Amino acid sequence: MLQKGGAQTVTPSTTAEPTSPTATSAAGNREALEPSSPVAFFGEDEPLHLDAGIDLSPVQIAYNTYGELNADKSNAILICHALTMDHYPASRSPVTGKPGWWSPIVGPGKPIDTDKFFVICSNVIGGCMGSTGPASINPATGEPYGLSLPVITIRDMVRAQRMLVERLGIDRLFAVIGGSMGGMQVLQWTVSYPDKVFAALPIATGARHSAQNIAFHEIGRQAVIADPDWEGGRYFAHDKRPVKGLAVARMTAHVTYLSEMALHRKFGRNLQDRDVLGFGFDADFQIESYLRHQGMTFVDRFDANSYLYLTRAMDYFDIAADFDGSLAKAFRGSETRFCLVSFSSDWLFPTDENRAVVHALNAAAASVSFVEIETDRGHDAFLLDEPEFFAAIDGFVSSAARARGLIA
Amino acid sequence: MTLSTDTQTSGPVATSESVASSPAGIRVDLEVIADLVEPRSRVLDVGCGDGALLALLEQRGRVDGRGIELSQAGVNECVARGLSVIQGDADRDLVHYPDDAFDYVILSQTIQATRNPKVVLSELLRIGRRAVISFPNFGHWTIRYALGLRGRMPVTANLSHTWYETPNIHFCTIRDFVALAEELGASVETAFAINATGQKMGMKMPWWFWNLFGQQAVFVLKR
Repeated sequence: MLQKGGAQTVTPSTTAEPTSPTATSAAGNREALEPSSPVAFFGEDEPLHLDAGIDLSPVQIAYNTYGELNADKSNAILICHALTMDHYPASRSPVTGKPGWWSPIVGPGKPIDTDKFFVICSNVIGGCMGSTGPASINPATGEPYGLSLPVITIRDMVRAQRMLVERLGIDRLFAVIGGSMGGMQVLQWTVSYPDKVFAALPIATGARHSAQNIAFHEIGRQAVIADPDWEGGRYFAHDKRPVKGLAVARMTAHVTYLSEMALHRKFGRNLQDRDVLGFGFDADFQIESYLRHQGMTFVDRFDANSYLYLTRAMDYFDIAADFDGSLAKAFRGSETRFCLVSFSSDWLFPTDENRAVVHALNAAAASVSFVEIETDRGHDAFLLDEPEFFAAIDGFVSSAARARGLIA
Repeated sequence: MTLSTDTQTSGPVATSESVASSPAGIRVDLEVIADLVEPRSRVLDVGCGDGALLALLEQRGRVDGRGIELSQAGVNECVARGLSVIQGDADRDLVHYPDDAFDYVILSQTIQATRNPKVVLSELLRIGRRAVISFPNFGHWTIRYALGLRGRMPVTANLSHTWYETPNIHFCTIRDFVALAEELGASVETAFAINATGQKMGMKMPWWFWNLFGQQAVFVLKR
């Protein structure tokens, strides 16, 4: 859910407050309105049916592809991104200028090998990187949607992805892969379109959002809403951005992506740029400085309303609720091959949440593998360099590709 | 959780360290079990270790193979080689499978390390049409000798752990196992003993002979 390698460095900054919107944030807003990636446009004749009961149109979906689609269109892999990621898993983000967030995993010769597979990744509906979201212009008013956009669900995101995949001429995906909120989309794909997914790789995720996770999201949303610059969601009209609120939301969320052990290992109680305590409320500790930096850089690249919508989508996610409370029913008759991966120190989507999905798949007699990777890096581990994790992805994707006849 | 310890880092089993290999490099005991499985069947290997048996079965008979393994190293190795394996154990995870989900459920060298062998065995019989169980025979003469004459808990090549560190908490003899199968109403479809080199022992020997000279036993049970 956060930027790759984000926990690696300690920044020297001791600035107490996020700055006002910068040149980068203007670039972020430009990407929301005029994405530099390819875009699929769906007009009034092809509305997106939302769970909120509204047909949304027009809709645009920003996406990237890597590799070549084969002749019988059987080698397509859809990568679903996490909460604050984008559709640049394997190429440089135009907003941050950083390498793709999954560049160790996706690319030529990598575990998700773009020499063999046609990889698609699209910005989710409700996002702020070019797909229709709260920062997009509502053609009916000429103003950004803001809170007038209906609440988006994970199922809505998947429905939109299905429209894009069909637009690209692909009927059945070879694989759908993603971590965290991306993993939720993977699970939703296998339930919404079971015969359209040959292999599924949900990582560090769950079939529902837990009460604790909803609680942390609510803290984040309230921080945004409490910022006077949020202006009831109409901050663009007032030429403002709720950067303080959004930064606090990010700081809170960021802690949930790490682990106590990793925080202790990286920061401990080390002081920032000083030898003694300052007896004030400046950033005395490295961890404070680090979190402030995370908050500040986040507001430069992410839209506050989008953060509200996407966290809400995760909160609403509960696959079993659509099947009389039985997760096993959701997967009944599934012929998709599953591989779930969890990380031992992830307390946002702990191993037990992942294992609950495994048990439901077992009960549905589905084909499932499950690996727990030993690491102290918390939820973030799915974005970091974890050799055992890479080996699991490689082994699963390769064996599925053999079964599908894509490789010898 | 299969026979040899050299392929795994943890897990409750690993009882016999000195098991013979065939010319192809495949352990004889795995081949003996693989021979019991019909091609194209659905197989669950409980305690599948590094996946050697599943890989052998898939390679031979194109079975639809699944596995459960306790050790992370074992699971990762299985998944990396393309097998459908989940991390879990027999005591906790069998309950999640539906009735008759598999043609064969294999429990190789593991039942003596489960917390509740009776429950595990009845679960195996519920989710598989056939249960294939192999276990070290605690009635073997070397064990009787160690306990009966030396008065010490046996530590043999086959059972190499001392009493205070063994993961094997529920030993039984071949006769004990037959009694448990009867209690659960299971019928013995096939049974044989395996000697120290991993070879099948003569089929016509009486139970007492197997119970004294069989180092391991293999049973195929049906409900």
